[in-house]
Amino acid sequence: MDFRLTNEQEMLAETVSRLFADSCTGAALRRLLAQNAAGDAARWNGIVEMGLPALMAPEDEGGAGLGAVEMVLVAIAAGYWVLPEPLVEHAGVAVPLLVAAGVAVSEGTVAVGHPRNRLVADADTATALLLADGAAVHLVPAEDVRVTRRESIDPFRRLFAVAWQPKASTRIAGEGWDRALDHGALFVAAQLLGLAQRAIDLSVAYTKERQQFGKPIGSFQAVKHHLATAQVRVEFARPVLLAAAALLAQGSPLAAIRISHAKLAATDAANVATHAAVQAHGAMGYSWEVDVHFVLKRALALGQAWGTPGFHRSRIEAHVLEQQLGPDRTFGKVMNREAALERA
Amino acid sequence: MDLRYTPAEQAFRAEIRGWLEQHVPADPLPDFDSTREGFEAHRVWERALHAGGWGMVTWPEAYGGRGLDLIRWLIFEEEYYRAGAPLRVNQNGIFLLGPTLIEYGTDEQKARFLPAMAAGDTIWAQAWSEPNAGSDLAGVCATAVRDGDDYMLSGHKIWSSRAVHADWAFGLFRAPGSERHKGLSLILFPLDAQGVAISPIRRLDGKPVFAELHLDDVRVPAANRLGGEGEGWAVCMSTAGFERGLMLRSPARFQVAAAKLVELYKARAGGLDPTIGAKVMQAWMDADAYALSIYATASRLIAGGGIGPETSTNKIFWSELDLDLHRTALSILGEEAELTDTGGWLDGYVFALAGPIYAGANEIQRNIIAERMLGLPR
Repeated sequence: MDFRLTNEQEMLAETVSRLFADSCTGAALRRLLAQNAAGDAARWNGIVEMGLPALMAPEDEGGAGLGAVEMVLVAIAAGYWVLPEPLVEHAGVAVPLLVAAGVAVSEGTVAVGHPRNRLVADADTATALLLADGAAVHLVPAEDVRVTRRESIDPFRRLFAVAWQPKASTRIAGEGWDRALDHGALFVAAQLLGLAQRAIDLSVAYTKERQQFGKPIGSFQAVKHHLATAQVRVEFARPVLLAAAALLAQGSPLAAIRISHAKLAATDAANVATHAAVQAHGAMGYSWEVDVHFVLKRALALGQAWGTPGFHRSRIEAHVLEQQLGPDRTFGKVMNREAALERA
Repeated sequence: MDLRYTPAEQAFRAEIRGWLEQHVPADPLPDFDSTREGFEAHRVWERALHAGGWGMVTWPEAYGGRGLDLIRWLIFEEEYYRAGAPLRVNQNGIFLLGPTLIEYGTDEQKARFLPAMAAGDTIWAQAWSEPNAGSDLAGVCATAVRDGDDYMLSGHKIWSSRAVHADWAFGLFRAPGSERHKGLSLILFPLDAQGVAISPIRRLDGKPVFAELHLDDVRVPAANRLGGEGEGWAVCMSTAGFERGLMLRSPARFQVAAAKLVELYKARAGGLDPTIGAKVMQAWMDADAYALSIYATASRLIAGGGIGPETSTNKIFWSELDLDLHRTALSILGEEAELTDTGGWLDGYVFALAGPIYAGANEIQRNIIAERMLGLPR
């Protein structure tokens, strides 16, 4: 039992964070909006050079051969910096689905129309879409679908209703939607955790500077306590998220439950933190001018994506009411006594 | 990250599970605060635990432990709570003072205090708070006046858990004329020493769970000082780190309570307020989140990491989850919530009420998080 990230994992998180930090400044996001662009080509090149889109693809298929824990770290950073490009769904959901189906991963991004999400994110910039016909999985070239944009409050979310016709030729192997849901929920939870921490960090920076009554407002306990409460939520969502990723990577039967738990905990952390951020910024928090709204809007969007809180709570409930519970089962069932003694 | 127990860890779990099955008293012991009899029954249990080698598994073998790591401590605690074993009457000693002694004590002090503590021969109370030094602990006034090789302790300590029946206490005392965080020393003293007067304080349900201590020229050898003279604040903060952070409330306690809450909910399903289900699920999730967080902390500490201000987040989290969990249980019990014979839920609630107050009020913890983790100005 070792609940620590490896040095390589810590380094990956740091490197990815740096890449996003340099290019996802508030000014850069606003420039993108002014250009009405779906993404920043230079940043995406950097992402591709770092091998992030194929992070979870096996090495012999040109990927990095990394797992859910590494992808979670990338997704936390993507959330923190409110990354506009569709890296997380492509790398975290589409690629593993394609790999599992034995389909080669080609250039460009693949959008995912999971049955649980009514709309498809980033369908217009994708080269192909993974779409559901019942339980069947189809990989459909972008030119064979018709997309209709629905505006999200998050200016970087590009959501589309997709009209398409299933054909025998587009069907790929596997009935992979359950696993795709787990991936989608896990990596959305990771983004929410990043968003929560960003909301707190933005607020700390602002409340240290902003003066009222002759002092920085961050010295007032009422302000401190809002942000401390949010940090507590983050601290107790993070280990759930990391455990969910590690259990998924280990193939544990408890992984799906921990993923739902992580999604709920991270959604809660993001809600508490983004609302604390709006409050701590006062009227500025309600303005277009400061960056808080980017974080607030992304958190609002992702909190409901890849399974609403109600959906994930019902998965938790089925587990809690039907399975044996106890402190020895934090990581799944333990070996019975005789077997454990014998094995040792 | 590897979230699988090693074969050796699994064997350890099997071993403690087997021992507890054989030894945990079939009937619950009378509580250790209400009567001397209950207190002594728990001492007998501590001795049995120690005889089995289970007194304090993380301590060095020389001091009555097994020299095991914190992951095994967590496994021990999981099995301990799972088996419904008696609460640890010596928790102030083994969980708070013990780790501080191991960190700051001289070899002589370790040999003198730890084995007796592990064996249940010396049961400890904490003597930190004073009538005018609660959240503002640096406001303590009780004094330690040096007299040759001894200290003379005087002052008024309050809210000392277990002090009604305990054998020894560890307290914070200052050099006369010193101020705030300076001049403080952590000094251990026997509660039956001449000059110590103990008056029980009743909790809101009437149980005498605390005491106040009046000390009037209590003579103790200077060798009873833990850490350097005037360095008591730093030493205490280390104790406080363990108290808030790790050992005082092991996750298993809440996981067992959450599992019981689920059983209560299942037994009384039907006709309940429909919002209760979500609260039950939240209690289960929070107890598990706390466990996962402590596994992460334990892994970090085993690898040589330190315990920092993030322990304040733990204290807030477990105290609020405990209170929410018990309030949820009472709302399931409905009209029966006020009855005192419904399986300990009311007692648990009364106990949980104090959680956000002791070991540093949660408001103070939020200040610590804001200032030391987030870097907000004081």
